[in-house]
This record gives sequence, structure tokens and C-alpha cells, in this order.
Amino acid sequence: MTLLRDEIAVVGIANGPFGSFPEYDDYAQMAIAFKAALDDAGLEKNQIDGLITHRLGLYTRAAEVLGINPDYAVPLLRHGRMSGVAIQNGVAALLTGQAKYVALVYGNNGRSVRDLYGGGGGLWAPFGMSSPGAEHALLYERYRQKYAVTPEKLATVSLTLREHARLNPEAVMQKPLTLDDYMNARFIVEPLRLFDYCLINDGAVVMILTTKDRAKDLKQPPVYISGVSTATDLANVSTPPRGYWREAMAHNAERVYPMAGIDREDLSGLMIYDNFAPNILYSLEGYGFCKEGEAPDFIQGGRIALGGDLPVNTSGGHLSESYMQGWALNTEAVRQLRHQCGKRQIKDAKAIQYICSAAICSSIIYRR
Amino acid sequence: MTYAKPLPSIDRWNKPFWDAARQGELQLQTCEDCGHWWFPPAPVCPSCLSTRVTWKRASGRGKIWSRCRFHHIYDKAFADEAPYNVCMIELEEGPLFISNVVGAAWEDIGIGDAVEACFEKATEEVTLVRFKLAEK
Repeated sequence: MTLLRDEIAVVGIANGPFGSFPEYDDYAQMAIAFKAALDDAGLEKNQIDGLITHRLGLYTRAAEVLGINPDYAVPLLRHGRMSGVAIQNGVAALLTGQAKYVALVYGNNGRSVRDLYGGGGGLWAPFGMSSPGAEHALLYERYRQKYAVTPEKLATVSLTLREHARLNPEAVMQKPLTLDDYMNARFIVEPLRLFDYCLINDGAVVMILTTKDRAKDLKQPPVYISGVSTATDLANVSTPPRGYWREAMAHNAERVYPMAGIDREDLSGLMIYDNFAPNILYSLEGYGFCKEGEAPDFIQGGRIALGGDLPVNTSGGHLSESYMQGWALNTEAVRQLRHQCGKRQIKDAKAIQYICSAAICSSIIYRR
Repeated sequence: MTYAKPLPSIDRWNKPFWDAARQGELQLQTCEDCGHWWFPPAPVCPSCLSTRVTWKRASGRGKIWSRCRFHHIYDKAFADEAPYNVCMIELEEGPLFISNVVGAAWEDIGIGDAVEACFEKATEEVTLVRFKLAEK
């Protein structure tokens, strides 16, 4: 379990601007972020000998745009769950000596090309079932009935994250969000309302990883990857998981905390993949921050807000900062641990956990 | 009038399902070695990996695991029906199926309710398997 602990560090990060940029494509945004991440780390591009691409259509085009010939090159599909997988693979490549500096590159032009996340074909499309949000609607409908969750309780997720976004100049959503705004917004797929859904925007994120010895010579204070684990619920992936990925999350929890030597009470905050607001509830329960069915109460009273016991998604997350499929949550974790977050800085942040709950559940623990 | 909603893409593995639906039957794959039932169709038994796979008539009975209701129109062809329900059904034999519950108001569609398959012709080739609430 201690094989990984603090052996690998994040040494360079960059986010492109988030918004709508039809004048660029996803490769262009990625390339601009790549250059910025190199500058952040104090590296030259030819030192990058590992490349993991995510969402971008072709890893070949990505390498061609960047003009590099990495020894290690892996393309990952566009699913958001692949950001954690990319980091896991980057760590493995470094630990096994396949590469010395791995760039994880991600570009997204979903806004410009009008990705709708619904409609089109698929197994259940003849029945009008065609959106990832509807899978979450099915999950949440059963959950909210079972635990008698009011919409006002779920609203705490979206309202809290919007307040966080308002402290983040890079966040797409800067307007205040009130409970009335939340309740009066239309249903997309009932029981989920508009503000339970993540944004769709353009942007790019790049992270550069290396070994802890190499990290010491670079520009930024290293942020260590102390634990990383994935577990899946893939065998019945055509339908929403009746177990809410709980087994996979529990399996990750059994590994990631001992690997990091960091337990829940040592964490300064959480970055939780918020494609849809209820996913934060399932993740808090799945990793044992509270018991099953308790998350709707657990999140009240400012507990997950900045200044609370367990701040969640201090950037504003996918709901209010930017839909970068997990990446911007990982860079937010790194920024928090570098103490570069300005008005939204978690005081004296020491360790942060990233959690993505989906058909591939991933979790990463970072520490400074 | 032409049928404007999405149709299933029929392939070598799922063709028996759609052929049976056209005859007003819900058929599923089952394993001659271990007795496992599953959906969507697959080339081998996902439980024991046997290739002794056969199609059998299922009871058509199931229970509603959850429900949701589409208000947003992702596909114009559904515009006249919105808001419309989509339910996940646990079939008696074990597999899960996502479809619509017909002939019932949203308020009357309860989690855990018993349902049974019904068949609605969409085109000459395709008959859709939907569900109605079972008689109490």
C-alpha cells in the first residue's frame, strides 16, 4: 500500500479560459494550456516524454499539434470518468520508468459544437431515454423517495457551489443563485432541475506529473499524489447502477486512504465530480463521510461550504465553474494545496481528495 | 405518416428480440448451462461465458425500480408527448429494461409497482415493448 505514497508529484497545471470559443478548436485550447502548464512547471516541451490524451478525438493530432514524440502515448475515450484513469495511468508510467515527465492533456469544445448530451441513438433511444442526466434522474428519484429528501435540501449543493464560483474569477457562472431561482427553474428530467445539471462549455486543462526527486528542481512547490485507486461497476453498464456504485466506492476507500496514510479527518476539502448535483450525495456516503441516506442532512448548515468542516468543490465545480470532466477539480485541488486560491483559499490546506463516481469510480488523494 | 422517433439498430445479436416483439412476445436470452437471463443481447452468457445461448419467452412481468419524467425535448419527435415518463423495470427473470409505462398518470406510477409488458407497433419492422401497471 505504500508503494505509491508521495512518490509522484503534480508539477505543472494550466486551465485554458472557460466559456465559448468557436474561433478555437479543442486541440488549440489544449495546446495553449500545454504551453502554460510547461511555463508553470519550468519545463521545456521536449522534456515531456509521456502523453495521455483525453476527450480529444485523436492522440495523433494532439502530438502533431504539440510537435512532440513522447515515448509513452495513451489515448482515452471522452467519458468524464477517464480523467481519474488518466492520472492513474500517468502515475503508473512514472513509477515503472516508462516516462520521466507525463503530460495529461484535455480539450473540450462541447459548447462550440453544441454537444447536447441527449437525443440521438442508443439502446434505449426508442423509448425517449437518451441522456446521461436521465440516468441520474432515475437514480435520484428512487433515492429521494426512499430518504424523503426535499428539493430544498438538494438545492444546497447548487447554491453552495455557486457561492464558491463567485469567488473564482475563472468560473463561467458569476451571478448569485437563490433558492427561489433554483426552485423556479424548469425540470430537465424530473426530479432534476436545471441547476442540478452541470454546465456545457469549452476549455482545456493540462497537468504535468513527474517523480518526487525530479519535482524538487522545478518551479512550483510540488503537490504529491499520495493515493490513487479505481474500481468499476461495468458489468451492467447499460442501466443505472442499482447499488449507486457503493461497492466500487467502498473498494476505493479501502485502498486510497491507507495508501496515502491520510484518513478522512485529515482532509482539508473534497473535489467531487458533480456532473449532476445528487452525485455529491452518493459520493459523500460511498466514501464514508456519512451513512447511506444521511448526505442530504450532512451537507446542510454550511458544512460543505468554504469555512465549513469539509469544503467541497471550492472552484464552483462542474455546476458553476466549468465542465472540464474532472480536470478542473484536480487542478483546483493542486492550487488549494499550493495555497494559490486567493479569496477561495482553504486556510492551511494540507490534503485534498478527488472523487469521481461513475461506471469507473476513481479517487485520488493529494497532499502538499 | 412516417415514424419520426429513433428506431432500434437491429443487429445479429438483438434481431430475435425484435422479431419476437413483432409477434407480441417478450423474449430474452438465457444460458442453457447455468440458467442465467440477461439483456441487452450478447454473444456469450455474461455469467458463465458459455456459448450455449438460447432465446426464451419471458413472463413479461416486472417491477418498477425507478421512474423519471422528461420535460426537456432532446429530440423533436418527442415534443408532442413531453413531459413523458421513462421507467426502469426489473424483469421477473432478472434483467433490467428501460421503457415507458403507458396508460397511467405520472402520479400513479409508483416505485415497486408490478407491471406487465405490452406491445406497440411503431413500423412494419419494429414493435416496441412497453409496460402497463398490472391489475391489482
